[in-house]
Amino acid sequence: MFPYIIRRLGLMVVMLTLLSIVTFLLFNAVPTDPALLTCGKSCTPQIVAANRIRLGLDQPLYVQYIDWVKAIFVGRTYGSGTQTFPCHAPCLGYSFRNGEEVTVMIKAALPITIYLAIGAFILWMVFGILSGIYAAKHHTEWQDRVIMGVALVGYSLPVFFIGLVLLIFVVVRLHLLPYPDYIAPQTNPVQFLQTMILPWISLAILYAAYYTRLTRSQMLETLSEDYIRTARAKGLPESVVIRKHGFRAGLTPIVTSAGLDLAGLLGGAVITEFIFSLPGLGRLSISAVTEYDLPTITATVLVAATFVIVANLIVDMLYAAIDPRVRLS
Amino acid sequence: MTQKNEVLLSVRNLSVSFTTEDGEVNAVSNVSYEVRRGQTLAIVGESGSGKSVSSLAVMGLLSGNTSHISGEVEFDGQQLIGADPEDVRKLRGNRIAMIFQDPLSALHPYYKIGDQLIEAVQIHNKISDSDARKRAAEMLDRVGIPAVEQRLDEYPHQLSGGMRQRVMIAMALINDPELLIADEPTTALDVTVQAQILDLLRDLQKEFGTAIVLITHDLGVVADLADDVMVMYGGSAVEQAPVREIFYQPQMPYTWGLLASIPQVHVNSTRLDPIPGNPPSLINMPAGCVFAPRCTYKDQVPNNLCETTKPDLEGTSEGHFARCHLSSTQRDAIRVANNIGRSS
Repeated sequence: MFPYIIRRLGLMVVMLTLLSIVTFLLFNAVPTDPALLTCGKSCTPQIVAANRIRLGLDQPLYVQYIDWVKAIFVGRTYGSGTQTFPCHAPCLGYSFRNGEEVTVMIKAALPITIYLAIGAFILWMVFGILSGIYAAKHHTEWQDRVIMGVALVGYSLPVFFIGLVLLIFVVVRLHLLPYPDYIAPQTNPVQFLQTMILPWISLAILYAAYYTRLTRSQMLETLSEDYIRTARAKGLPESVVIRKHGFRAGLTPIVTSAGLDLAGLLGGAVITEFIFSLPGLGRLSISAVTEYDLPTITATVLVAATFVIVANLIVDMLYAAIDPRVRLS
Repeated sequence: MTQKNEVLLSVRNLSVSFTTEDGEVNAVSNVSYEVRRGQTLAIVGESGSGKSVSSLAVMGLLSGNTSHISGEVEFDGQQLIGADPEDVRKLRGNRIAMIFQDPLSALHPYYKIGDQLIEAVQIHNKISDSDARKRAAEMLDRVGIPAVEQRLDEYPHQLSGGMRQRVMIAMALINDPELLIADEPTTALDVTVQAQILDLLRDLQKEFGTAIVLITHDLGVVADLADDVMVMYGGSAVEQAPVREIFYQPQMPYTWGLLASIPQVHVNSTRLDPIPGNPPSLINMPAGCVFAPRCTYKDQVPNNLCETTKPDLEGTSEGHFARCHLSSTQRDAIRVANNIGRSS
């Protein structure tokens, strides 16, 4: 187990390095001169040329890459003379569009996305798994059909539709909640919850529908296994048969999906964040794209991809915890 | 004290059918049998003859959604069909236990052997984890598993097929049940291991006085272990008799066919004699004898009786019943002519 983790961590470093190279090249593949973007409205070719040197953009590509990676660990200073822009480690670049270090922007946006993703994750896992198990238990009965029908509807509705409908009915028409206005939970927990509840629900509906179907099909498969018959033959109560013997065996694909879905959301839930005006990572990356804010784009891509890679590692280790036949060596 | 010859399990007119998209499948039709304490009843038949389904019905393990069960199953005086499922559950694994064909798929792949055994003890007994573990270790030791303490912490996939079946047997017998239903317990095992498992079952039966319902298609196993035999075909019992009678005085053409398909070392024949044809569809059952479409001797019965009328299960001698329209003189003549049944 231990050597396996070490090897996987090593592999993760390799993956992240490759990833950083790709995102960095992406930065340079954009058909715009990065130096031009650093320059305000009253731009002259002289300023652009000067900025190019200040930002190190006149250097060969590999030197730029090394500088960029080095900055993540030790920080760097852009510009020279009187006009310097310090970028503290972990420096992911300096956004001249916003006049701010990218790391600072991400640090502000990330908690919001994390709250959004984890809240929705808990909701959809609880509801999706419970209703999936319930449907499987009542397979071929009306309960199963009702749940599957509802899940199909939930699965078919796009998240922006669910979000807008919730917003219009709950907030605009019925005034059950105030307009979403994000505030940190430590500042005003009530307002935080009032703002987050609708985004959580609209994200959770989509995923819960998927997890209901996934759990149900997994349960139907495992409940027909021979060892379930053995469990019943032992005289176990049906609830224990389903929970301890059936669900445990059907858990692996659910864990895989859950890990990757959560990681994907942590990279930013673009549409939900937009509809509910949550200044999270998804909104940050979209506005960076529309504004050609290249350092921010690179940084958000890197952060989102890191989540996925880490989630993969965690999922693989959970496999071994769930299924003893998976040998981690 | 319980009497050795007391009837433990009495099944009367048990019928099981399943509703499927293609129609009603009559898996078991009007089967009756008795099992006495400490005795072994072998239920013999090919795949789809209803032998497993009838046992699952006895165990209360058929889903009520899709299956229809009628008839009576009385275990030690307690009626099981139509009983509160909770009462039947309390019998399962406690007084009636079951082992299955494939021990790899029958053991949960995610739990340690020890945990699965401990669970089996603790469902039916209020007993501490350490005592349950002790009991599990004793039982594994009893079924001939070496290095018990180590095995308890292993997973099923780390054991050989024979070892796994020993674990299944240990798990089934851990609460000292009065009845063990063994559904093809040796079919998935190597031949040498089969013999060991059968020996083990016989020894354990002697030691614990467990009655066994042995479901098999292997007449060798039957000869080895059974006291009584019920031959099933197409969901019906076609012949029921003490084991000696089945081998020496078989009365039903299907049983003759089964006996003819056992390889015999002392006979100079290079080929076995299979029964021609296929088992009947359980959806459209023949109107007459279930075996008639494959029976070589049906022409000897006048008026096409075999195709039109289902024969009753009739007594041919003490404790021996067969479902056949042939007269006893005809049967004796056929047996002699074809050298069926061992000469006694």
